[in-house]
Amino acid sequence: MGELIVTILTGLSSAASLFLVAAGLSIIFGVTRIVNFAHGSFYMLGAFIGYTMVQAIGGTIVSYWVAVLIAALVVGLIGVLMEILLLRRIYHAPELFQLIATFGVILVIQDVAKEIWGNEDIVSPRAPGLDGAVEIFGQRLPEYDLALIAIAPMVLIGLRLLFYKTRWGTLVRAATQDRQMVAALGVNQRWLFTGVVFLGSLLAGLGGAVQLPKGGADLLMDFGIIAEAFVVVVVGGMGSLGGAFLAAILIGLLNVFGIQIFPNSTLVMMFLVMAVVLVFRPWGLLGKPETPAATGTEIPNEPLRPAVPMVKVLAGLVLAFLIALPLLQELFPTVLDPFVIVQANEILFFVLFAAALHFIMGPGGMVSFGHAAFFGGGAYTSALLVFHFGLPFELAFPAAPIGAALLALIIGWFCVRLTGVYFAMLTLAFAQIAWSIVFQWTEVTEGDDGINSIWPSDWVTPLVLYYLTLGLTVAGVLLIRRIVFSPFGYALRAGRDSPLRSEAIGINIRRQQWFAFTISGAFAGVAGALFLYTKGSIAPTSMEIARSFDALLMTLLGGVEALAGPVVGAAAFKLLEDLFAASEYWRGLMGITIIALVLLLPKGVAGFAQTGVGRRLGLSRAEEVRA
Amino acid sequence: MSTVLSVQNLSKAFGGVQAVEDVTFAVDAGEMRALIGPNGAGKTTCFNMLNGQLKPDSGDVLLGNRSILGLPPREVWRRGVGRTFQITATYGSMTVRENIQTTLLSHHRQINRMWTAARTLFVDEAMALLEQVGMVNQYDRACGVLAYGDLKRVELAVALANDPQVLLMDEPTAGMAPRERVDLMALTAEIASARNIAVLFTEHDMDVVFAHAHRIMVLDRGRLIAEGAPNDVRNNEMVQEVYLGSGAVHGVGSA
Ligand SMILES: Nc1ncnc2c1ncn2[C@@H]1O[C@H](COP(=O)(O)OP(=O)(O)OP(=O)(O)O)[C@@H](O)[C@H]1O
Ligand SMILES: [Mg+2]
Repeated sequence: MGELIVTILTGLSSAASLFLVAAGLSIIFGVTRIVNFAHGSFYMLGAFIGYTMVQAIGGTIVSYWVAVLIAALVVGLIGVLMEILLLRRIYHAPELFQLIATFGVILVIQDVAKEIWGNEDIVSPRAPGLDGAVEIFGQRLPEYDLALIAIAPMVLIGLRLLFYKTRWGTLVRAATQDRQMVAALGVNQRWLFTGVVFLGSLLAGLGGAVQLPKGGADLLMDFGIIAEAFVVVVVGGMGSLGGAFLAAILIGLLNVFGIQIFPNSTLVMMFLVMAVVLVFRPWGLLGKPETPAATGTEIPNEPLRPAVPMVKVLAGLVLAFLIALPLLQELFPTVLDPFVIVQANEILFFVLFAAALHFIMGPGGMVSFGHAAFFGGGAYTSALLVFHFGLPFELAFPAAPIGAALLALIIGWFCVRLTGVYFAMLTLAFAQIAWSIVFQWTEVTEGDDGINSIWPSDWVTPLVLYYLTLGLTVAGVLLIRRIVFSPFGYALRAGRDSPLRSEAIGINIRRQQWFAFTISGAFAGVAGALFLYTKGSIAPTSMEIARSFDALLMTLLGGVEALAGPVVGAAAFKLLEDLFAASEYWRGLMGITIIALVLLLPKGVAGFAQTGVGRRLGLSRAEEVRA
Repeated sequence: MSTVLSVQNLSKAFGGVQAVEDVTFAVDAGEMRALIGPNGAGKTTCFNMLNGQLKPDSGDVLLGNRSILGLPPREVWRRGVGRTFQITATYGSMTVRENIQTTLLSHHRQINRMWTAARTLFVDEAMALLEQVGMVNQYDRACGVLAYGDLKRVELAVALANDPQVLLMDEPTAGMAPRERVDLMALTAEIASARNIAVLFTEHDMDVVFAHAHRIMVLDRGRLIAEGAPNDVRNNEMVQEVYLGSGAVHGVGSA
């Protein structure tokens, strides 16, 4: 009895910061329609700044909580800074750019935090007056847990008062419900948006600061919380505070009970709950169906045409160079390092990975934030077959796309029920779950260490592997291209351009998207298996959010609209990465590059072909004047 | 003439608004039937229930003598109900011809082929349809850059692509010049009678309505208040009241 109550209370206390973060995310999205990926970073900053403030002034009960509040306020102001410098310029950009830009912010904040607070984890400080424990039916419960349990409902009530009793709150609610209304606000719109981002960021910072006595602070907190916050928001319903509250409690309780029942599969349970909720209520427990975005503002893509001769010639030249590369390297060892082959090899399988993602993102209009699940899924399929059953390369390798496709089939079935940012969040949440299975299920997957010493058969020398990679990548890219131009590809684009029309001409969009998702997963799986056999090992890092983002960045870097985008983008990305790798601050540099790219070159490098200059160079056809 | 589409006691409410209330009518093959009424009368809502986009609160929709109630739009379309939208819905990133080809591919159940280039399939059929609506010379332009009136033509060609028994046209001429409107509807009437298609259309331009409709129905706040031949409807007092009262539409008393 006592044990049960204490477990419930522990669950409720762990729900507190989750609720704060999810509520902030939800509020910002409601008004600005931007999913702030950097929200996890604000949470992390809240913890770090809170720690610094507590060290400085937090000796007494009152000053401790003042320190916590100051931390939250500072994070709120950092949010304002981001809003003014970045978000304001991209409110009208496609969703993908917004998400990518805030991802750039994550990278920058990571490096800044590392610089200020160092690499060491920060241990939990004690909260004065709350560092004891209370006894409940003979069970001990930390006093601080009780404080946490009180905080979430207090914040919820505070927010409701703010939204229902103030003029500003009324505006926020109106803006959340009616997009047209926001535009009619004119000048005030700016401050409404800034204010909302301030409030949302402050809540994230508060969430980070209040969990300090329980979890301390470290540099991994940002990605850790964001996936969980997404699950809460998706389960609770986007834009619904009550939903976020309910879902946070649900997930909090699930975590504590899950640990008792299935100690190693807490995240899997979270997935199951989310899956069940989504099947019965696709818009979350208290959410409302997403109203389709008003059309007309977005400029339609240009029709896809077969490549112009100039591009074909260029592609041929690059291919010829890649085929000749090993020979060239032997002939001119002074100019070309042997490392160049390794580098080319790596670029190649990332080209395939990016092309797979681009297939659903460009023509399909589905932005997947969790494609690393399939990359890693393919790699792990092969690795596990070798590790546990001793399958030879010749069997284990072809199994990779099958394993990845099966995974995509399951995940896709849930994801295609949603669209836009909901889809993106759901893919990310699923990928995070796939990651956690690999990470937690040590008996099978070797957990964090990964599976090592997986090499191909003897006949597959590094040179053969290089040509295999080249061959499969080229074949994969051409095959995807072929599908894009096939009736199936047209149906996919049709679903992106006008779901209404597609449904009215007999196309089952969901099924189309589901198949496309699965196909894309299979190709990503091939890329993953190539990665595995090139490196000889696979670890959970290959399924991380950051890896999913690599693929997104490659696609973005290349330009989403152009079919050549992922090819050019993957190459550009890898070269940039190598360039930055020498620097201690490569993350921050990458982040700044991403942000600059979104602001300055939104059509990507390959999209450059469709600009005036590109057309004059013969890289694409003459533009048609819009009527 | 035989009845192809019959609608029985159809009703739909949004929250407190009774958008469509107890609407009953039937359309014959080869007939041009206009559904008119002031803004917000419930015309589009009615259409949305006919093609499966909305589920009625009550009532039934029969195609031939089989109910199509509860079928998704794509199924309704497969049974021969084509549709154009009040706000055009075409594929902006495809050319005019590709829009038609995509529809034809779906109609002939070849939409899931993955190898052959879609651009090379059903070219002649697509061009023939574009010929009918007068869009041949613009076949290679992207729908995203077309003038609005041309988009309406493309929609008509799309709607004709599956050899429909019934054509639902929601304000087919909105956004067109007056001359174009009459031409487009003349064309529609011609195709409808040649192919024996039942056409149900909504329209705010009374010149168009009285020039081409065989029968006219008037919807007001969700209820059908009149139905009959153009002359009867023109002289109906209730109709005059609705229109003069709202002042939204011109031309009822004249022409
Ligand atoms: N999805 C919806 N949710 C709520 N109310 C709706 C919805 N669709 C239509 N309505 C309401 O139902 C009524 C009928 O609208 P409908 O669009 O059918 O009218 P209409 O006759 O097509 O008008 P118009 O000539 O302006 O196109 C209106 O009051 C409208 O506001
Ligand atoms: Mg209407």
